[in-house]
Amino acid sequence: MGDTLQEEAIKNGGTLLGADELVLNMGPQHPSTHGVLRVKLKLDGERVRGTECVIGYLHRGVEKIAESRSYQQFAPYVDRMDYVAAVSNGLGYCEAVEKLLNVEAPPRARVIRTILTELQRIASHLVWLGTHAMDIGAISPIFYCFREREEILKIFEKYCGARLTTHAFRIGGLQYEAYDGFEKDVERFCLDFERRIQEYVDLLTGNSIWMGRTRNVGVLNTADCIALGASGPVLRASGLKWDLRKAQPYAAYDQYKFEIPVGTNGDTYDRYMVRIEEMRQSRLICLQAIEKIPEGAILGKVGKVLKPQPGEIYHSIEAPKGILGYYIVSDGTTQPYRVRIRPPSFVNLQAFDKMVRGHLVADVVAIIGTLDIVLGEVDR
Amino acid sequence: MNPTLHAILIFLQTWWVELVSGVVIVAVVPLVAGYLVLMERKLMADMQARLGPMRVGPHGLLQPIADAFKLLIKEDIIPADADKLIFWLAPVISMVAALTAMGAIAFGPAFQVARDINVGILFVVGVSSLGFLGIILGGWASNSHYSIIGAIRSTAQLVSYETAGGLAIVSALLLSGTLSIRGIVDAQQKSGAWFIFLAPVAFFTYLVASIAETNRAPFDLPEAESELVAGYMTEYSGFRWALYFLGEYANMIVVGSVATTLFLGGWLRPFPNVHWLNWIEYLPAFFIAIVGVYCIYRAGKQPVAIQVAFMWAVALACFAIAAVLAAPWILHVLHKFGVAAPLNLDFTVPGLNGAFWFLLKVSVYIYVFMWLRFTLPRYRFDQLMHLGWYILIPLAIVNVLAVGVALLLESALGWNRWLAMVVTTIITMAFALFLVHLHDKRTAAASSAAAVTTDSYAG
Amino acid sequence: MLDSILFYFFAGVAVLSAALMVTRRNAIHSAVFLITTLLATAGIFLQLRAEFLFIAQIILYVGGIMVLFIFVMMLVRLDVALHHIRFRLQRFVALIVALTLGGYISVILFWARKLPGQGLFIQGAAPAERLSPNSEQLAKSLFSSYLLPFEIASVLLLVAMVGAVVMAKNKKGANEP
Repeated sequence: MGDTLQEEAIKNGGTLLGADELVLNMGPQHPSTHGVLRVKLKLDGERVRGTECVIGYLHRGVEKIAESRSYQQFAPYVDRMDYVAAVSNGLGYCEAVEKLLNVEAPPRARVIRTILTELQRIASHLVWLGTHAMDIGAISPIFYCFREREEILKIFEKYCGARLTTHAFRIGGLQYEAYDGFEKDVERFCLDFERRIQEYVDLLTGNSIWMGRTRNVGVLNTADCIALGASGPVLRASGLKWDLRKAQPYAAYDQYKFEIPVGTNGDTYDRYMVRIEEMRQSRLICLQAIEKIPEGAILGKVGKVLKPQPGEIYHSIEAPKGILGYYIVSDGTTQPYRVRIRPPSFVNLQAFDKMVRGHLVADVVAIIGTLDIVLGEVDR
Repeated sequence: MNPTLHAILIFLQTWWVELVSGVVIVAVVPLVAGYLVLMERKLMADMQARLGPMRVGPHGLLQPIADAFKLLIKEDIIPADADKLIFWLAPVISMVAALTAMGAIAFGPAFQVARDINVGILFVVGVSSLGFLGIILGGWASNSHYSIIGAIRSTAQLVSYETAGGLAIVSALLLSGTLSIRGIVDAQQKSGAWFIFLAPVAFFTYLVASIAETNRAPFDLPEAESELVAGYMTEYSGFRWALYFLGEYANMIVVGSVATTLFLGGWLRPFPNVHWLNWIEYLPAFFIAIVGVYCIYRAGKQPVAIQVAFMWAVALACFAIAAVLAAPWILHVLHKFGVAAPLNLDFTVPGLNGAFWFLLKVSVYIYVFMWLRFTLPRYRFDQLMHLGWYILIPLAIVNVLAVGVALLLESALGWNRWLAMVVTTIITMAFALFLVHLHDKRTAAASSAAAVTTDSYAG
Repeated sequence: MLDSILFYFFAGVAVLSAALMVTRRNAIHSAVFLITTLLATAGIFLQLRAEFLFIAQIILYVGGIMVLFIFVMMLVRLDVALHHIRFRLQRFVALIVALTLGGYISVILFWARKLPGQGLFIQGAAPAERLSPNSEQLAKSLFSSYLLPFEIASVLLLVAMVGAVVMAKNKKGANEP
């Protein structure tokens, strides 16, 4: 009854009880705005009547920096955008420059790239799941998630010496050969992981509080997703099967069998289910990939100094958070003329206002969580 | 003798129990609350695959003291636009209410803190609910949006859940027929069963309501850290914050004690009236002694000398407690072997063992609180209100009626008490299912089932 | 001696905070002082061995009604609302009401004592041990000799509750175009 009253009042342009609108500044220092997002909420009681996202607190001018670095020098910078999925960023950038140079990474490099990227996808989803559950008030899953993420980061560390901002790939292939026992480590993790996913599912999926907090919260249908440019799990949860790994295969994805999970409602619960299922599929991809890693070189024929022909290229990959695109313009020198990055978090964040309007304050954090934004990527 | 001095002496003679217990409450409860926090952190760590505090003292055992010290020496910040008087007053209200409520609780037949006033249980419930004034005023006085939203949430929550909790208490009071804490426990002894078995629905209602009243997860909306930063205590820091914090944990002890008194048989051991089970009285001593033995076993495996010493200290403490708890039995055995008992210690059994059982039950109750906190996500505000008003309050009202009817069946128609209780409980539970069904229908009307399908169109 | 010290303490606190309550500009401060008054009065009840009344005062007035008071005060900007409900001659009317009430109380204070058998003022409370539990007495009288007034009061409250619901529903209807 209270809801309908309030909705009536809102329709008539007033607030219930005739009180003033409350403007709540959420962030940039707030436990659950995932970094330095600032959201100005216009509240009627606890109901959100309008939002305004203020971004840019983490702006470092990554795209501008690219113009004064050589192609190779810029590669580590992309790791600092989506810092919970650095490997995926690196993959997108390396492949874009390879496309520009018209070289191809050798098959072995492509398979190892696929394995690492899928592990990174799992790691990124684990961070999302932990923080999302934390936002909704379940304080335990984050520790389970980080326990598994730790395993993945250990594999990264063994492979390239870094855990977070890995700079794992090189333009044209890989810098490092896979270490001894790489396959075994990945296999051990993957075999163990199925049981671990089940733990999160047991804690959350059937929980009535969890369902109450996520069902019909932040609904975004397919048309809205397309209109707002939302991609990745946000788009797939609304029911559209659009995954660049299938639609425009890159790396070695065309060699493996996997499924694209989709939701029906496009609400927070569907996005949760989609991401959980994606972790399972990534695990399957990794298992298929380590079965047969082709032998051969790991670095294609690229020179020490990269000097692409003048021209422009757009290459996009399916990063854990959505479509990550690189648009690179070359003027024939060793440095790019312009690099424009399409970060999935930035575009997905556009949908925030549409999703959150009419919901309660508690849903705001649930929706920020379900969008799975990383402010390093939003602000660049 | 000086008349003034004489009057003071008389005063002290009459009131020394109250004075001493007042001092004890103020001195001991914060310490207990601090260690409750440590226990919660350790349990949480255990459930979350980590270790918890380990640095201060062996296994982090001195952490509460370090925390308290840190909070004491912190800068005392009052926001510029805060209402200083009320900002200062609010945490004090919260803390004082919780500590005052503790005054009437009886921890055992021999350990009632203050006197046994004949509205004891109402006193505890009523005074502890005053703590909410501290939360509300503190939220308002901070002059911050997060605080005021927390305060408003907390008020609405209190009003909703206090009703359900109060009605649950009424059910137990109907069974006991008295408001005095001692009377309630005696009534449970007389009826031969804890009231949780006679009125399980009331116990469940009180459990849920008491979690909500103490602002614990999944009902911790007033301080939901992911939404409201820290809710009503966002602007508080240092020792004022510590007062709120201690108030919250003291409140947990209070609601645990109320539930123990009303539903879990207070200081009665399990099966209080079955005489051939009298040996249960000595189980606590036995188990504590086993813990001591285990500590000695572990002491040999400790890497550092201080940890070995610590383990031995714990073991000795365990043996001491066990010896005290089992004193009458030990003396009895000694007597059999011809050693004369130096003094009669029979009186310690009901007192100490009673306190042991009481504290054990309260700990279990608080453990359930913590367990739920680590497991469940948080309710949203409208869901909290729905649960309170659409399910808990109707259920509590029907349960009061059902208990009344059962007592009537017993007294007027001569039914067996257990039969009457079982019948009415089944009816109440059917009603509860009906309520849940109605609630589900209401929510299902708004949402269509969401399902995730997987499909592959390539590969 | 202790009794009288306690009595004068509670009475002093009650009167002082009542005065402060009326004079404070800030509505929340007034509420806090009203709470203090109520608590002090509850203390006097306890001294009279009226334990049930004491605890009812705390649970109902301090714990229930005052919490709702403060709740409303926080939601509604009272300084604005007060301008709406203030009317001309308010001071004058208030003075008359205050004088009437004061006169009424003084009449009782001075005259009721002289009436025989009224028992309005208990000279000294009996020792607690000799009184049967206060709550039982109260319940017995409420449910036997004062059953009718008790029921009438309940019905009145029910009517008020239904009225509130109806008013809330009406507001919804009025908002609909």
